[in-house]
Amino acid sequence: MISTLGEIVALSLAVSLSAVLLASLIGLPLGAAIAVGRFPGRRTIIVLLNALMGLPPVVVGLLVYLLLSRAGPLGPLGLLFTPPAMVIAQTILVLPIIAALCRQSVEDAWVEYEEQLRSLGAEGLRAAFTLVWDIRFSLVTAVLAGLGRALAEVGAVIIVGGNIDGVTRVMTTTIALETSKGDLPLALSLGFVLIALVVALNAAAHLIKEAAQRRYG
Amino acid sequence: MAVAGSILPLELRDLRFVAGGRSIIDGVSTTIEAGPATIILGANGAGKSVLMRLMHGLLKPSSGAIAWRGHDPERIRRGQAMVFQRPVMLRRSALANILYALELARVPSAEREAQAMGALREVGLTDVAHRPARVLSGGEQQRLALARAWALHPEVLFLDEPTANLDPGATREIENVIKAFDASGTKIVMSTHNLGQARRLGDEVLFIHQGRLVEKAPADRFFKQPASAEAAAFVKGELPWI
Repeated sequence: MISTLGEIVALSLAVSLSAVLLASLIGLPLGAAIAVGRFPGRRTIIVLLNALMGLPPVVVGLLVYLLLSRAGPLGPLGLLFTPPAMVIAQTILVLPIIAALCRQSVEDAWVEYEEQLRSLGAEGLRAAFTLVWDIRFSLVTAVLAGLGRALAEVGAVIIVGGNIDGVTRVMTTTIALETSKGDLPLALSLGFVLIALVVALNAAAHLIKEAAQRRYG
Repeated sequence: MAVAGSILPLELRDLRFVAGGRSIIDGVSTTIEAGPATIILGANGAGKSVLMRLMHGLLKPSSGAIAWRGHDPERIRRGQAMVFQRPVMLRRSALANILYALELARVPSAEREAQAMGALREVGLTDVAHRPARVLSGGEQQRLALARAWALHPEVLFLDEPTANLDPGATREIENVIKAFDASGTKIVMSTHNLGQARRLGDEVLFIHQGRLVEKAPADRFFKQPASAEAAAFVKGELPWI
């Protein structure tokens, strides 16, 4: 067990960071577009997006499981019980968090920038892109919230990954397993490793954000 | 007075703007001609800022018409620039803020840098061209906002209380830049509640009171002999909420 601790941590990071990267690539533009766009059904979408932030991981796991299982629509891809399946599940879980928080940040900034940007002739997607780039340091917080969620959840990865030793075993699934086996000291120490990792990632991001804000105002 | 190819004069016909059941602008009709610097004068809440935003196209009137000369909406939009009470700068260098505006105005990329540096020189900010715009002082940011407008070579420049948040020194610098704009032939339309500033910069005064255009007169006549009771009270400083 101890010998593969490094692998378990590495897989946890690889899966969750990939999921956050994918969710950011989709969620940041999506959130910005909703923030500056004016279209019918916008308020409904905002409420839904905010609600989806609380999506239960086990339910997402179950849905992705059904999609990827042999009989499911994506069954032929053979992804079930592989790391890519875990990335898909976590991306779905994290996407609403990143999109909703980005939507709020961009909308707040839009209040400040709108008249100036419209006066200069920037509207629609152009304005959205300018805003996202201008508040990029604040958006770090949205991405971190997504990363925290991905690293901490166990429900989705255990269903679609299966907690297979050496293949899909990550920190949270190991903690769940060791706890049920009764090896509480190991579970607890893994828990501390996980917390330390999350704190370290957040501290690093915060320092970068602070330095950038001092530099750019 | 209509210069060939100009977007001026600007005609306002029975302009109204209603928000929250209240008439903010209540039936303003006038013509803004090329030439003299126009000051929109009035107390806080008189509707000066809303009137400028209507003219600049940032707000849509509830009724009435805003008619520029000519029919090309793109040319009409590019013929104007606006400087706000609070400058909004992007988190990039002072120079990059101007380049951004020039890019939006479709200035060819080869010409942008020279045009932007020229504008910075005009407001005396070449030293800070590469500093992040957001860390500049309030007065410098407002001068940068003027440089950004300058680089666009607008025919009409709207200024919404551009010195309201600044100390006297910075205010004087801003006023000098505005005078240079005026001298270069740009039509100035500026709102203020500051009588001294209106005297220093204005050729004609539009006096707004509770959303109505109460008086329009050449500046010297307006200050010597205001025709309306409201304007007379404002000039004497009797309106208690100034």
